[in-house]
Amino acid sequence: MTEAPTAPRQVSVGALATLRTKERVVLDIDGQSVGVYFLGDEIRAWHNVCPHSGGPVCQGKTVARTLQAIDPATGKSPGLTLDRSSRMIVCPWHGFEFDLLTGVHAVDTKTRLRPVPVAVVDGDVVLTLG
Amino acid sequence: MRPTQLDKARIRELEEIGTRSDTRDVLARATMQARRDYDDYFVVDIDAHVSEDHFWGEVIELIDNEYLRDLGQSQLRSFAGNNALLNIVPGLSHQSVGGRITHQGRREPDVPQGEHPFVVAARRSMDAMGLDYQIVFPSAMLLLGMHPQDEVEVALARAFNRWTVERILPMDERLKAFVYLPFNTPEACETLVAQYADAKDVIGFTVCSTRNNAIHADCYARLYAMIEESGKPLAFHSGYHWGDPSFAQLNRFATMHALSFTHYNQIHVSNWLINAMPERFPKLKMLWVESGLAWIPFLMQRLDHEVLMRPSEAPGMKRLPSEYMAEMWYTSQPMERTNMELLEATMKVMKAETQLLYSSDWPHWDWDAPSVITSLPFLSEQAKRNILGLNAARLFNLDIKPKKPRADAVLATRPGRS
Repeated sequence: MTEAPTAPRQVSVGALATLRTKERVVLDIDGQSVGVYFLGDEIRAWHNVCPHSGGPVCQGKTVARTLQAIDPATGKSPGLTLDRSSRMIVCPWHGFEFDLLTGVHAVDTKTRLRPVPVAVVDGDVVLTLG
Repeated sequence: MRPTQLDKARIRELEEIGTRSDTRDVLARATMQARRDYDDYFVVDIDAHVSEDHFWGEVIELIDNEYLRDLGQSQLRSFAGNNALLNIVPGLSHQSVGGRITHQGRREPDVPQGEHPFVVAARRSMDAMGLDYQIVFPSAMLLLGMHPQDEVEVALARAFNRWTVERILPMDERLKAFVYLPFNTPEACETLVAQYADAKDVIGFTVCSTRNNAIHADCYARLYAMIEESGKPLAFHSGYHWGDPSFAQLNRFATMHALSFTHYNQIHVSNWLINAMPERFPKLKMLWVESGLAWIPFLMQRLDHEVLMRPSEAPGMKRLPSEYMAEMWYTSQPMERTNMELLEATMKVMKAETQLLYSSDWPHWDWDAPSVITSLPFLSEQAKRNILGLNAARLFNLDIKPKKPRADAVLATRPGRS
């Protein structure tokens, strides 16, 4: 779903120390919906709109990335594994998975979440909405 | 550097969508899409599903064979639970992708006292997606065609039809259904057609495609004649079956699911055409459900190619297979749409403007919102209106007077939740 463009504005959504106790918080800010994610020292914010069908992508689960283990020497694959160091945002409507840090789909790099600029200012998480 | 001024904003936190979320919250974005794009359209969802395992005790209770009813109730209380008498394989049910997609199999919260949970969930989904009517099919029963005991398919078909027609449909005029035909037993199908041909809320008859019956066999001739006489469509609803030897080589649900949902309907359409069934039952309206669209141009071209070279094997046909196929009806979901040029060509060759019917498949994992149709750049507005509801109104003789609430009213029922 495309949200109506508005003039850029900066909005503080709360104290970093409070927000980062969760991995993810999804906020409705004057009608714009944004998911804010915390992974290690990194912060990301994504529009809560799946590029597939407009679903509420940030309101689903976050999971470890699934990998196919491959032995480079033989080409053999012992099967699928989980990469616990990376996190994927899963759209609850149809299961599209996006890397939490890059917003890129797990398979199709052309399919991406739309970023929201985010910064920490005096201990607050500040989003730039447009 | 601190911004010179931070805007004051109304901020509220949104909940995670999970297995206990209200349908209206799960589908709130679809409601917004309805408000923006199709609030004044007449919309019919040809294929939504009951999670009948949630109400399996109610169905088992209606089995008319005393032995099977007793067996079913015994299994219900013990190991089989909600899979009593069924032939599904729970360990191979991967629809939720390891719990990533939570609406498959979810249970509706906050059901008002005295209302049936399925009807409440279905009504909320209709309201949220902007549907005037929704036609419901079973879920776990889609595999019954592969059940080794034909008598169980008959008993469960009769019970499920009674449950649907007598208990569920009268609770909401926007819900309609096809009667399930236990196709492994043609005589039982004939009895059901006779019983339900004039039932008000029964809009057609359905065969679950996942089975190995040759649908052109003469044992079905009387059945087809009866359905033709009723004037109601015959729908073949596809499905998957990982136990089919054809799919034993596939090690992921995604590939098995992708191929098997098209496989069974391709086989049935091929048999239907090569045996000249459209010429033998010319007024029988055939509807092919839940195989998506991409298989249609493939099969049209493939069969045309073969029949032109081997007409002696298709002497009953008076036209090309593709011409017969363009006169059949098809439901849209799961609509392949990663290549708009291919989708546009597909819709053109299958005459989508008159033959395609929108279907959601809700609440299954690969469902489609009505926006899959409204968002297509190459369709005219009239084509969108036809596919979303007017084609269905014509096929099923539905009154096109609006039945749904406006999207704004639906969103107002869940303020601040999603």
